[in-house]
Amino acid sequence: MTPLQELVDPGLFAQAAFAVLVIFTFTGALIAVLPRNILYNVLGLILCLTGMAGLFLYLGSPFIALMELLIYVGAICISIVFAIMLSRPLHLSLPKRHLPKVLWAGAVALAVFGVLATIIFRTPWHPAFVRGNDWSISSIGAYMLTRYSLVFEVMSIVLLVAILGAILITGTGGRRAP
Amino acid sequence: MNSLGTYLFIAAALFVIGVFGLLQRRSLIGMLIAIELMLNAASLNFMAFNRFLGPDPVIGQVYTLFIMGFAAAETAIALSIIIALFRRIRSINIEKAQELRG
Repeated sequence: MTPLQELVDPGLFAQAAFAVLVIFTFTGALIAVLPRNILYNVLGLILCLTGMAGLFLYLGSPFIALMELLIYVGAICISIVFAIMLSRPLHLSLPKRHLPKVLWAGAVALAVFGVLATIIFRTPWHPAFVRGNDWSISSIGAYMLTRYSLVFEVMSIVLLVAILGAILITGTGGRRAP
Repeated sequence: MNSLGTYLFIAAALFVIGVFGLLQRRSLIGMLIAIELMLNAASLNFMAFNRFLGPDPVIGQVYTLFIMGFAAAETAIALSIIIALFRRIRSINIEKAQELRG
């Protein structure tokens, strides 16, 4: 049995996988935006985020790819699905499309893309003079507890406040006073 | 595949799709999903700069993690507000949510 490297060129395989990931990402993003049914939107978002996790792998960070799957797909998308399912059949009330609004939105989006593309083309990107190459997870952990401990603490406090606020708002808010 | 421009273009296109969705949708959850797309484009940008330009690979990853934490907090708050609003006006159409009075 011949090993896989002899059958398929690894570089070619990597490029094909990259193309598949980009297609996943864009298809997912379009599905997340275009259909009117919210459940389709959430499923498209999941597809898009899975493709993004693959792109993060290509950018050299398995840790961030894992976090993307864990936080975005595992927590955010599932909580959106729960919110859709817990509060009456939301997906049945489909707001109608309003054609001028869609056209305006498309025009504004194209303008933003033009500006961004110009900036990307015009700017001469220079790499930093000294570049480290320490991509290990343990160094991320060490930095999070020493140099970036403030970031870590702020993130924890924000999450705690968000959880308490979410419980308060869904628990008591929105009910009409008797 | 191995150049900064490719990733920046992917991120810009994702961001623009998010902007389009945010402007065009009228259901609140649809707008929330569009905002998630835009946040993801931003973190893809950070990771691309981190990979190709940055001085220390840890910084971009910590920053991306920060964005993800904030996205989670934002989603929790936004969903709870949407559910509270739905209890009151029986709809998640943004155009029906017009009064601030409690």
